[in-house]
Amino acid sequence: MNHWIIVPVVLPALLAPLLGFVMRHDITLARVASVAGTVALVAVAVGLTMVAVDGQTHIYRLGDWPAPFGIVLVLDRLSAMMVLLTSILALIVLLHAVATNWDARGRHFHALFQFQLMGICGAFLTGDIFNLFVFFEVLLIASYGLMIHSGGRARMRAGVQYVVMNLAGSTLFLFALGTLYASTGTLNIADLADKVQDIPIEDAALVRVAAILLMIVFAVKAALFPVQFWLPATYSNAPAPVAALFAIMTKVGAYAILRVHTVVFGPGAEAVEGLPGTWLFPAAIVTIAVGAFGVLGARRLLPLVAFAVVGSMGTLLVAVAAFSPQATAAALYYMLHSTFAAAGLFLIADLVVTRRRVDTLVAVPQTLQNGLFAALFFAAAIGMAGMPPLSGFLGKLLILDALRGPSEMIWAWSAILAGSLLTIVGFARAGSMLFWKSTTVPAAASVEAEEVSSPMLPAGVAEVAPTMAVLALLAALAIFAGPVFNYVDDTATQLFDRAGYISAVIGSGGEE
Amino acid sequence: MGDGGNFLIVIALLPFIGALLPGLMIRAGRTACAIFTALPTALALTLVLILAPAVMRGEVIQAELEWLPQLGLSASFFLDGLGLLFAGMILGVGLLITLYARFYLSGEDPMGQFYTFLLLFQGAMLGIVLSDNILLLLIFWELTSLSSFLLIGYWKHLPEGRQGARIALAVTGGGGLAMIGGLLILGNIAGSYNLTDILRQGDAIRASEWYHLALVLILLGAFTKSAQFPFHFWLPHAMAAPTPVSAYLHSATMVKAGVFLMARMWPVLAGTEAWFYIVSTTGLITMILGAAIALFKDDLKALLAYSTVSHLGLLTMLLGFGTKLAAIVAVFHIINHLTFKAALFMTAGIIDHEAHTRDIKRLGGLRHLMPVTFVIGTIGALSMAGIPLFNGFLTKEMMLEEAAHTVWAGSHLALPVLATLGALLSVAYSFRFISHVFLGPVRDDYPHKPHDPPFGMWAAPALLVVLVIVIGILPAAIAGPLVAVAGGAVIGGGELPYYSLKIWHGITPALFMSVIAVAGGAIVLWLHRPLDRVWITAPRPEAKVIFDRLIAGSVTISRAITEGTHNGAISRYLAIFVVTSVLLGALAFAGGGLGAPTRELLPVPPIFAVGWIMLIVATLLVATLHRQRFQALVLIGIIGLMVSAGFVYLSAPDLALTQISVETVTIMLLLLALHFLPKTTPVESPVSLRLRDAVIAMTAGGGVAGLAYAFLLRDVGTISDYHLANSYEGGGGTNVVNVILVDFRGYDTYGEIIVLGIAGLIIFALMEALLDGPAARRLRNTDYSQNRSRDRHPLMMVVATRVMMPIAVVVGIYIFLRGHNQPGGGFVSGLVIAVALLMQYMASGFAWTQTRQRIEYHTMIGWGVIIAGLTGAGAWLAGKPFLTSSFTYVHLPPIEEFELATAMLFDLGVFLTVLGAVMLMLYSLSRIARYAGETVNVEPMDYDPADTIQVTKEEG
Repeated sequence: MNHWIIVPVVLPALLAPLLGFVMRHDITLARVASVAGTVALVAVAVGLTMVAVDGQTHIYRLGDWPAPFGIVLVLDRLSAMMVLLTSILALIVLLHAVATNWDARGRHFHALFQFQLMGICGAFLTGDIFNLFVFFEVLLIASYGLMIHSGGRARMRAGVQYVVMNLAGSTLFLFALGTLYASTGTLNIADLADKVQDIPIEDAALVRVAAILLMIVFAVKAALFPVQFWLPATYSNAPAPVAALFAIMTKVGAYAILRVHTVVFGPGAEAVEGLPGTWLFPAAIVTIAVGAFGVLGARRLLPLVAFAVVGSMGTLLVAVAAFSPQATAAALYYMLHSTFAAAGLFLIADLVVTRRRVDTLVAVPQTLQNGLFAALFFAAAIGMAGMPPLSGFLGKLLILDALRGPSEMIWAWSAILAGSLLTIVGFARAGSMLFWKSTTVPAAASVEAEEVSSPMLPAGVAEVAPTMAVLALLAALAIFAGPVFNYVDDTATQLFDRAGYISAVIGSGGEE
Repeated sequence: MGDGGNFLIVIALLPFIGALLPGLMIRAGRTACAIFTALPTALALTLVLILAPAVMRGEVIQAELEWLPQLGLSASFFLDGLGLLFAGMILGVGLLITLYARFYLSGEDPMGQFYTFLLLFQGAMLGIVLSDNILLLLIFWELTSLSSFLLIGYWKHLPEGRQGARIALAVTGGGGLAMIGGLLILGNIAGSYNLTDILRQGDAIRASEWYHLALVLILLGAFTKSAQFPFHFWLPHAMAAPTPVSAYLHSATMVKAGVFLMARMWPVLAGTEAWFYIVSTTGLITMILGAAIALFKDDLKALLAYSTVSHLGLLTMLLGFGTKLAAIVAVFHIINHLTFKAALFMTAGIIDHEAHTRDIKRLGGLRHLMPVTFVIGTIGALSMAGIPLFNGFLTKEMMLEEAAHTVWAGSHLALPVLATLGALLSVAYSFRFISHVFLGPVRDDYPHKPHDPPFGMWAAPALLVVLVIVIGILPAAIAGPLVAVAGGAVIGGGELPYYSLKIWHGITPALFMSVIAVAGGAIVLWLHRPLDRVWITAPRPEAKVIFDRLIAGSVTISRAITEGTHNGAISRYLAIFVVTSVLLGALAFAGGGLGAPTRELLPVPPIFAVGWIMLIVATLLVATLHRQRFQALVLIGIIGLMVSAGFVYLSAPDLALTQISVETVTIMLLLLALHFLPKTTPVESPVSLRLRDAVIAMTAGGGVAGLAYAFLLRDVGTISDYHLANSYEGGGGTNVVNVILVDFRGYDTYGEIIVLGIAGLIIFALMEALLDGPAARRLRNTDYSQNRSRDRHPLMMVVATRVMMPIAVVVGIYIFLRGHNQPGGGFVSGLVIAVALLMQYMASGFAWTQTRQRIEYHTMIGWGVIIAGLTGAGAWLAGKPFLTSSFTYVHLPPIEEFELATAMLFDLGVFLTVLGAVMLMLYSLSRIARYAGETVNVEPMDYDPADTIQVTKEEG
């Protein structure tokens, strides 16, 4: 048994208390430890991905109890990829937070950050649906802490909404799990998949309720219409590096839908045949529209980015809703892209907003390094809007190409393409206001006085490097689209191999 | 792939690599910057010329790099006649523009940026014409939109520049998105995204049921890019760009991309009725409309822009005819239009640069002041008008000839007449360009005294007009081979139709039409002044205004939708969430059957019924009384107790114990917190809304109850049987609940204690943030003294809690130790001890108690989490997975045999975390209390009788 599988959970879980309790009085020490831990996490994630690439489903039996009676962790291509994605994103965001001093503007940033990573990695690695609930709680509470980091009235208010909405989701999660347990008697995902197969449609009412309630729970996380309302206020009021990290949080919801509604409730399960896709598809279409309208109508930069995230989740889930290996592969590629794209946009928005002091889209005197920021914003916006040459365009082409069913094609294509147009127009308006029109505003005398009292320093290499790293990743995703797609394609195939998953998790029980 | 193929890839990459140079080389000066911009262009052009002979022989040079084969996207390029023509144009004009811009841009303009954008554009444009894969073509297509956005907005301080850039991006980018759909469908029909494959399947594509949709979508892309009616309006607004950009993108290259695409797809898409009517009609309308508007524009660049629109319409119309000959004429006209129009744009730029105005009404008489410019401009304009000996004449004649033979909707006359009208207007604005700018008397009110520019600036247009004349006189010799090979590529191979490139074709219908056009054009120009007056007063729809309204309207609607729905009302969000859950849950439920119940309903004992009714009444009361916060809290306490009683009834003593202690701690902490909050909650929503929420809540509650009822009546085999069977042997405990918590599912518990630890941390961080902000001021300024008891630390309570303390600690330890086999465990034990400590704080105040305890709560939580984690990791040393427990039985006289299990160590972690988290929450609350003016007590109680005794003794 490969003990490295649990390391992405245990490493941050052991580091975080040390950060919070031993190192809490020295920010430099905390920074060094936190960055070192995250670098180690990246290394472990790379290693795990290299293990998972062989196509086997590796399991880790906690407490040495056989599945389905104890909890197992499952490492397959999908979970390895998600952990790797998380760790790379986390490292970049962490470096940004350190460079911009965000981590020192409140207490316990690094401890909460590591706990957050533990929660996310745990959710990706678990093979047990109740354990998924537990890690949803971990990542929810940690994210709440990060979200209200450094305080402020608007942030607190948005934080309450965030936590209330997500607690409601957690409650529903419990209801759904109760129903699921009552109708199958198990919590292990593989075992559930096995049991749900055998439920005839005449006996399926309860398990169907469980399936749809779980879908809503995950939809809350993934910011899907009509439960997306919390996201724009949360992301736009969170500290920007935290919002950048949250780019992975919506993906947790998408991942859970992929894992649960493909393996357990996916194609071939008579009891719930077609149920997930029927509802997911229209919801995703509307989500694209919500995102696009939000981008076009935004008055402030950070909400604009937040709505772009909503729109990209819609695009992602339209592909997921097809529940076919081909569309899922496209969705996975797009998921990698949209995570980095959203993060990059939040990071550059942070650099700009910090220096403009306001995030309203009005002309104020231009900041130092206007050209540099304009170029970075332009690139990040291209990524987010899905224009070439960055990976978003390829992701979008892949999704369009995968959705060819006559009924889904009309809706999905129109929504994605029209949504892109509105997004492009929205970003063009915002960018032209921020970086072009602002050059015409003279620096007013009163502003100058303020400048003197707290001069805004130009962004140094350390502050800009994380944003550039994200953009470089987007470019790399585009250039190496072939190999990357091979990986996600195999991932999708593995995900849809339900029998293989079940036999890997349950079949080997008790032998080792 | 041979050398040629490698060259091709290098050609495609050169501009992009070259784009890195200008930004750096500007540091070496403007000339150096220009030279290093020209370098990659010149190199690419050289490579194209090296490949040219092979292409002229009819070879097609191909190169392919794998990119995303799963999608059918590859970086494959090919160079055929059409590609050669366009590549030569893009690179050749690119060189001239680089030279021209060196002199055109002023010292204040960031030249490095300009050349970078220019090279990016050049690369994108080159990519379009060389792509052998339509997905790759799409990528380059959108890249031209993006780079032109940057170039149009180059002068970012000008509002026209910013608007023009946005309009261009919205229109051409939007068209590009439509084209994505069209090309994907096309690829789907053909089964390949490779252009060469698609071009072979014309018949299959035209026969497909998807043909019309694909055609419309692709044409949307082409029409927007090539500024065809009704999308023509973006082009004139793009003229806010510096003139080199206008000359390059908006006349010579980018706007031809749409025409290029139509030419590229001609063998596949052309030849149907739909193609003929859509394309030729659009082209015709655009040609006439563009020419008419051009005639009345006073801005030189606007005149040229609309003239470009008109000529693009002409090209589109020719391609739309669908005959091979017309397609070849289109190819020839692309060359001719490029030469004269680029020269004219540069002329306009020179005039603007020298006279500081481009307003025709303020110009005139420049032939004396700027003789060189005059010659260049006049040759260009005469060619544009289609006067013999200039190359424009040749293609205009051929176009008229084609129009004369084409039947439009059954009418033989419609096309020739309208085409002649277009030509006539074209003559009129060309003559106007000459006469109103260069002829006439010299004026003395130019904004700036004009004179000819330096050689570097007029060299480029001069070279172009030389071409105009050479092609005009010797068409077959100079342009013939290129037209043949490019035309051959457009019509998709096969025999070239008969045509001859020469000036004199004899007495043909076209000659008559041409004569009418020139004469009519001269007359129109003579009547220009009165016509202009009519034009200005005539009402006409302004496309830009419509577009602006469209965008403004979309923004308003978007804003209304977004802000109307995301209004921040959490109650509404929750209502939507609950309604969705209930609705979808009900629908899902209805989709499946429910088997017959397998269990009998149990009898309801009276005591249980009472408890159940209490629970319901208390719940209803919380909902109705929640505005009185204190009462609501008491009611919540009742609910908690009833739930615990329910657990006891259902034989779950562990849960009951946990529930009771959690309930106690929570209520105590909430009570403390309530102190700083208003005592009542204000009514914020109207009755109707509350009624709505009540209905929603009742329905949802009923749904949950129904669900629970349904599954309580049904048996299902569960994994708990295994837990019951293995708890003692495998987990070393007889209390299955505890073994599940610390062993079977210890990992869950590990997660949950971390949640608790994080909660403690967050409350601490939150409190710190609050006390840094305005909340601290509010706390200081609020008078809480009215709410305080006189005797805040009463004697009886102090004494009682002191007595209870050791008892509670012993109970806690006892519960902890027995946990593995009897109800109890670290979680409950932590809470029990927390309650004991809490009571000390309540009795004697925080400060007094704090000085008497040595362990920091942060550290306690930390130790808890670390001990739990390390216990789990300890199993690695034994080669077992995380959290594998091990236990042994120890016999230590005189104590009875007892068990030692690693699970207990894990439970210790749980215990410490729980205790630490609760105490840290309390600590945070007391910090707030300090701000609220609570005094720091050093005495255990306010009134200590012992003091009195002491005093009495001393006195006595």
